[in-house]
Amino acid sequence: MKPIQPIKKRWYHYLWIWSVFYFAMGFFNIIFAWLGLISFFLPFVFAIGFGTKDFCNKYCDRGQLLRVIGGQTGFSTGKLMPSWLRSSWFRYGFLTFFMSMFGQMLYTTYLVSAGAKELSEAVTLFWSIRVPWEWAYTAGSVEPWQAQFAFGLYSLMLTSAIIGILLMLLFKPRSWCAVCPMGTMTQMICKVRNNNE
Amino acid sequence: MGNVKRRHAAVERGVCVACGSCEDVCPRGVVKVMKGSYAAVDISLCIGCGRCEMVCPAGAVTMEVAE
Ligand code: SF4
Ligand code: SF4
Ligand code: SF4
Repeated sequence: MKPIQPIKKRWYHYLWIWSVFYFAMGFFNIIFAWLGLISFFLPFVFAIGFGTKDFCNKYCDRGQLLRVIGGQTGFSTGKLMPSWLRSSWFRYGFLTFFMSMFGQMLYTTYLVSAGAKELSEAVTLFWSIRVPWEWAYTAGSVEPWQAQFAFGLYSLMLTSAIIGILLMLLFKPRSWCAVCPMGTMTQMICKVRNNNE
Repeated sequence: MGNVKRRHAAVERGVCVACGSCEDVCPRGVVKVMKGSYAAVDISLCIGCGRCEMVCPAGAVTMEVAE
């Protein structure tokens, strides 16, 4: 699409740098993946605390990354996603799937902490493709469950980033935001908090 | 004097995902996400440029003609 610039330059337009930093750091040391929890909690702070989606509207590194590559530099086709991908059932279905995968990741972490499962030094893409990632973890540097959680969270973050980038290339820059589980949950919270207006 | 037709943007609330993509690109600053729930356009100030429609990932913006 023809590049489209924001009307006013704001500091938060550069938050995409956090995404790059996060994935780069996790590549060298998986323990940095724990920082991904910031992106899990902050949206809820805005939604529950203030009843806004200011995280999505301004401060989300993922949203800014997709906007910059897709919109500002024009790498996106600018096409609207097919209607089934924008439908409510897909949006809520994907949220359900994503949350069950998140629960599965927490359960694996629990099994490792209980000694019922070996630590898996790998990143799992698309919930099925195992990518060895041993170089990013020094055995014994943290508890095995802490490393397991880091691998799990990094897998989730990387998988969703790849899906987001593919959607950005094929469709409008921030198409991921129409299906993003965090965006869906925070909009639901805001609607309830603001009395379904 | 005939009626002057003008184009303006309109947001379908039920379709909007409140992502805020439209806010950033509006030259008049007249499309805003309200209470984290949906975006709304002040049609009296909208110039109908269509930039919000161009970036909206949910297909919630349509351009309408008003008299
Ligand atoms: S919808 Fe998701 S990716 Fe998009 S801005 Fe919100 S939290 Fe970030
Ligand atoms: S059509 Fe242009 S002026 Fe009107 S709300 Fe959209 S971006 Fe703003
Ligand atoms: S870009 Fe579309 S979906 Fe996002 S807030 Fe604006 S109207 Fe709603």
